[in-house]
Amino acid sequence: MTIRPETARTKSITLALPNWIGHRAGQHVDVRLTAEDGYQAERSYSIASPPEEAPRVTLTVERIDDGEVSPYLTEDLRVGDKLELRGPIGGYFVWDASMGGLLLLVAGGSGIVPLMAMLRHRAATSSSVPTRLLYSSRSLEDVIYRDELDHLVKNTTMLEVVQTLTRVQPPGWTDYSRRIDMQMLREVAWPVEQRPIAYICGPTPFVETAAASLVALGHEPARIKTERFGPTGEA
Amino acid sequence: MSEGFISRGFRSRRQKSDQSGRIPPGQYLERGFPVLSAGPTPHTLLINWDFSIIGEVDQPKRWSWEEFRALPRETITKDIHCVTKWSKLDTHWEGVSLDTLLAQVTTAASFVVAFCDGGYTTNLPLDEVTGGQAWVVDTYEGQPLEPQHGGPARLLVPHLYFWKSAKWVRGLRLVEQDEPGFWESLGYNNHGDPWKEERYWGD
Amino acid sequence: MENKLDGNAAAGALQAILPFDMTLVQATCTGCGATNAIGATAAYMHGMGTIVRCPRCDTVLIRIVHARGRYLLDMRGVRVLQIMEG
Repeated sequence: MTIRPETARTKSITLALPNWIGHRAGQHVDVRLTAEDGYQAERSYSIASPPEEAPRVTLTVERIDDGEVSPYLTEDLRVGDKLELRGPIGGYFVWDASMGGLLLLVAGGSGIVPLMAMLRHRAATSSSVPTRLLYSSRSLEDVIYRDELDHLVKNTTMLEVVQTLTRVQPPGWTDYSRRIDMQMLREVAWPVEQRPIAYICGPTPFVETAAASLVALGHEPARIKTERFGPTGEA
Repeated sequence: MSEGFISRGFRSRRQKSDQSGRIPPGQYLERGFPVLSAGPTPHTLLINWDFSIIGEVDQPKRWSWEEFRALPRETITKDIHCVTKWSKLDTHWEGVSLDTLLAQVTTAASFVVAFCDGGYTTNLPLDEVTGGQAWVVDTYEGQPLEPQHGGPARLLVPHLYFWKSAKWVRGLRLVEQDEPGFWESLGYNNHGDPWKEERYWGD
Repeated sequence: MENKLDGNAAAGALQAILPFDMTLVQATCTGCGATNAIGATAAYMHGMGTIVRCPRCDTVLIRIVHARGRYLLDMRGVRVLQIMEG
């Protein structure tokens, strides 16, 4: 197991799982913690690593202040500890390079995690599927995978990343500075006639706004896939 | 997942021991007030709200919000116990006793089904919601009950697990034969006494 | 704010009961007739159980309770399930 910080509130935990059957980008695992008196808490976490890295599996966890599981995973977990998890889970919110399409990824906060698995899988397969990521964070310090996203834009073809920082922007910031809305999606999303496949992930209100906006713009509901993380981002 | 696995360093939320004897077996003390939802939160306007007693009664009875608010009210301080293991002590409510409401009807029925905005139901024996054991409450800790906690009004039956204190209650249906409600029909105990740990079927 | 998620959150519980990926299964609602992949439905992870609702009309499609070593599954709200082969 390795643990590395991503931002002040998030850490990536990489596990070696010898019995792992493999997974698809977008899937998640259920992590269960058990205390000595039998008390249990269970939460779902998206897999951040691409299928190509199996049997190594990486989870990126954001610490939720009054959460039950995320504080343990981001503060108490030590290399050498064991984790109980079930997965991979979910075949609905997945993208394989073979699915092609124009790809529109919309991430709110820690919703970037499963979409990052998709981007890493896209890079690992040298896919040239035209892809746009719209990524909403509170501030630049909260942007997870910042350097890696820059690297992917520079070193893969046909990938564009657009960010919006909703609370604090650095001097000279030229991307968006507000919460996502229909106008922003109209400017960033592929034209409706090009029939992109869209994946939206993040807190429930974020996902609902983004999905409703895409539908209102004329995108086909069947080509919009959503995964909600709940009001605080912990699923 | 395997049984017997312990996560090193993971601390339980349970209290080690309960000196006061006020926390039922298997419960832990909770300082917050968790919100558990099985569906979208109803937001019924008071102008549209009513409370009804229907079913096996001589005459159905209905109160509008104004009529309900004009009834004799009580302040209630009770401990509450959720089957998901949290207990909260000395919660403060205000509302109308079911004794006051049920006094307006005549019935030979033995059971009630509470029905609610959003479709939730729960069932109780009539003799467990009378004699000062149950209320329809609209005020929590001195403030109007919030929608996420069941406002404008919810049932309060604190001697049973809190799923029986139905949120967004709109009335009682009196019935001769017991009718298991939303959770009682899917594995949860028909009665629900926290002191006997009547959580599930067969407990 | 109720903790409304979607069928992806219910997938773990469903996978423990039924031996195929339920998020891809199409369910037709008895309330309004809408057909959706279960992954696209609304899921409420209530502490007492999991409630899956129609994204169009909020009718309860599926209820799951896990207690005392067994799962209880109520699918009264589903008119038809469509499960692809393979």
